Amino acid sequence: MESSMKINNHSLLSKIATNNGHGENSPYFDGWKAYDANPFHPQHNPEGVIQMGLAENQLSFDLIQKWIESNQNASICTPQGASCFKEIAIFQDYHGLPEFRTAIANFMNRVRGNRVRFDPDRIVMSGGATGAHETLAFCLADPGEAFLVPTPYYPAFDRDLRWRTGVNLLPVVCESSNNFKITREALETAYEKAKFDNITVKGLLVTNPSNPLGTFLDRETLKDVVNFINDKSIHLVCDEIYAGTVTTGDAFVSIAEVIEEVPTCNLDLIHLVYSLSKDMGFPGFRVGIVYSYNDNVVSIARKMSSFGLVSTQTQHMLASMLSDDTFVENFLSESRIRLARRHDTFTRGLAQVGIGSLESNGGLFFWMDLRRFLKDATFESEMAFWRVIINEIKLNVSPGQSFHCSEPGWFRVCFANMDDETAMIALWRIKSFVRKNRNLKIKTKNQYWQNNQHLRLSSRRLEDMLTPHRMSPHSPLASPLVRAQN
Amino acid sequence: MLSAKVTCNSHGQDSSYFLGWEEYEKNPFDEIKNPKGIIQMGLAENQLSFDLLESWLNNNPQPMGFKNHNNQSIFKELALFQDYHGLPAFKNALVEFMSEIRENTVTFDPNNLVLTAGATSANETLMFCLANPGDAFLLPTPYYPGFDRDLKWRTGAEIVPIHCSSINGFRITKSALEEAYKQAQTQNLKVKGILVTNPSNPLGTSLSLHELDLLVDFISSKNIHLISDEIYSGTVFSSPSFTSIMEVLKNRNLINTELSKRVHIVYSLSKDLGLPGFRIGAIYSNDERVVSAATKMSSFGLVSSQTQYLLSEILSDHKFTKNYLSENRRRLKQRHEMLVKGLQRSGITCLESNSGLFCWVDMRHLLSSNTFEGEMELWKKIVYEVGLNISPGSSCHCSEPGWFRVCFANMSEETLDLAMQRVKVFVDSMAKKMNQNRLQQLVNRNSRRSKSLPKLVFELSFHQRDVLVDER
Repeated sequence: MESSMKINNHSLLSKIATNNGHGENSPYFDGWKAYDANPFHPQHNPEGVIQMGLAENQLSFDLIQKWIESNQNASICTPQGASCFKEIAIFQDYHGLPEFRTAIANFMNRVRGNRVRFDPDRIVMSGGATGAHETLAFCLADPGEAFLVPTPYYPAFDRDLRWRTGVNLLPVVCESSNNFKITREALETAYEKAKFDNITVKGLLVTNPSNPLGTFLDRETLKDVVNFINDKSIHLVCDEIYAGTVTTGDAFVSIAEVIEEVPTCNLDLIHLVYSLSKDMGFPGFRVGIVYSYNDNVVSIARKMSSFGLVSTQTQHMLASMLSDDTFVENFLSESRIRLARRHDTFTRGLAQVGIGSLESNGGLFFWMDLRRFLKDATFESEMAFWRVIINEIKLNVSPGQSFHCSEPGWFRVCFANMDDETAMIALWRIKSFVRKNRNLKIKTKNQYWQNNQHLRLSSRRLEDMLTPHRMSPHSPLASPLVRAQN
Repeated sequence: MLSAKVTCNSHGQDSSYFLGWEEYEKNPFDEIKNPKGIIQMGLAENQLSFDLLESWLNNNPQPMGFKNHNNQSIFKELALFQDYHGLPAFKNALVEFMSEIRENTVTFDPNNLVLTAGATSANETLMFCLANPGDAFLLPTPYYPGFDRDLKWRTGAEIVPIHCSSINGFRITKSALEEAYKQAQTQNLKVKGILVTNPSNPLGTSLSLHELDLLVDFISSKNIHLISDEIYSGTVFSSPSFTSIMEVLKNRNLINTELSKRVHIVYSLSKDLGLPGFRIGAIYSNDERVVSAATKMSSFGLVSSQTQYLLSEILSDHKFTKNYLSENRRRLKQRHEMLVKGLQRSGITCLESNSGLFCWVDMRHLLSSNTFEGEMELWKKIVYEVGLNISPGSSCHCSEPGWFRVCFANMSEETLDLAMQRVKVFVDSMAKKMNQNRLQQLVNRNSRRSKSLPKLVFELSFHQRDVLVDER
């Protein structure tokens, strides 16, 4: 009787509530759990796990704080701003405050060096980029239909695009042999496979700059992508959430620019996702944006935004902040400088101990190459080494398999969510681990390496060390580890 | 090219509920700039007690400018805080507030509370958790038009109405519940639960103990869920006092039973505190699996951290909340009376109600025909000729034509007064027209029968007496 009650009770909830579609049982979250159980703190817990699995931008809050202090009327809770309180608190129009939309469009323009002009009337709110992606999936695909997504990709897309929508995600496999570029061949292969499996592909989702790679697409690749989706008549969703983190600012090419250069592009297929969580470091404020060139999608996404509107208290504050052009320009340029500096600190430091990463200029992380530390080129070995990193080196970094990477040995390392002191400690931990473990079974020059000679790694020093016939006189270590390379 | 959800109508925004809004937007009343414009009486907003909030803000500098009680900046902490478990201080304050509204007859565990971007998101999220596409929830009619979108649109769930009738004041009856359940079965829909709004939108009444017991018995026998949307719980301004479903469970010793795990509450600060713009909603469930799933789903619509922080400060001020709740109720009561009396002067009655931000108004006697076409016709006259945006019962799925929801808490007293005057003018002119029509009919009839003049005059004056009675 009781067991049948239990069975009954299980079916009392929906399938969605009881399946694993939320994705939180994936190993990606194990590192978080290890961190939560033993979080690093410079004074209280200096031996704890340092969080390097969280793509947050904490480097420029001082600039924002300064602005807030000088602009008290941006808050409806201060004496200066309180006169707006009632009007703002009542406003629940899903079009959003007009000044908010204008300020967001203005900010998005400036992130792209004013090379594009976004239309405030196409700005639609959502519950963070998380909400934006789900909304677009609801708008563009029916249950059972699919989106193509290049690997490696942000793990939570599995939840955001699939969980409640019933939509599928199919990988477009990108490989280290060409720096994980998205190729036309890879796109075609993925598309054909879906066709063969009788799955209707409704769109392609691209994150640019990429999470976890930190690289951004060149104009050529973007055009290829645009041509591909037009040929197949499928949608293109471009997640440009990291656009403002590109340290070589003007080099970034937005989809908004490219479509102007492809006059045959069907604009009804083009949609953007944006958020202030990464560029400004505001994940707590839940500012997600759906921007579509398709009027129908704008209209319906706007109706759906009722499920995740931005608090008007936040809209009001940001309308003020982001329309302050001087502040925005200064913030963007200073933020880029700090991100570049922190990025270099890590990549150069790691290169000193023979650890390379994919050359990149965007994102809040870098894509670290630890292939030679794996026992063998398998995902089991990747997992095993990852546990070593968490438990012995005491860093939470994210293993490539959680990003659906097709090759084991890559790890995403976040660098912008800590202060300088913690960054130094993290770096020191890696270096000392590498030095201590010179007995670690490391792949010496072999077939595996030869295939990857053209891989662009971020530091000249590292390239020097790997080159068979040259040992740089400036090589900092006479370590057997480095010698073993040759 | 686009999904079925885009091309279907389940967002419900082609309904008349929203068309009235559109008309209002085109010609909105303004005391000075547009005194002949349409007065918005279709918006269930609570604008009566902002001064209380404003004065609190004035007296409490700490949350301003993102500083904590030690005057340290907490901007960074708030900007980064995206934990879907919510700000502990806010959840604690919110459950205490919910308890206070229920006169502390029940207490809530903050760990069972899930924060969502408004009740809109809370209701949709609960549907995703409890119903598979094609499953149904039973809802008593009339109900809030937004449920068609919130419960059905993206979830694929269905709504089957529990028909309530004016014969017994639209109360839920056992037979109505059974009939709805059977109807769902006829349509091959699996019933997963019942959703009630208590106090009711659009009726403005709180569920009686009898109705609450009926509901508990029904979900027990059918082994289904009960969602109680208690978004208006803080607006109960006269007796009977509010009884939450949780209180019923407690009184019947059903706490910690399997049944209690099937009872869920939705709440929001949009009505009680009048803060719809801040998007503060919540789900309360005794089933930890529901709490767990809903918490993960809340990622799609979290409450802004700065808003959580502000409200945690306001709601932890118990002196403030106590005063706010009682003063707010008093003002709602007064405003409610104004509307009821104002309509009475035009011979229009309302369903007797003790809560909400609106009245459920009986205009059946003004219909040209006892049909929904007649209701639409009357509604259009009221929007375009009288200049009031009120909500026709059909948009709330009422099974009887002639009822309208009229809001009273989203305007000044003067505006409400003006609205009442307009109604009076309209009703008087309608009566005149009816008189004229009737006179014409009488003349036509009498001219055929060649009745004597005195009798004609007698019949006419009798009718005029009827009109005088109505005016009281």
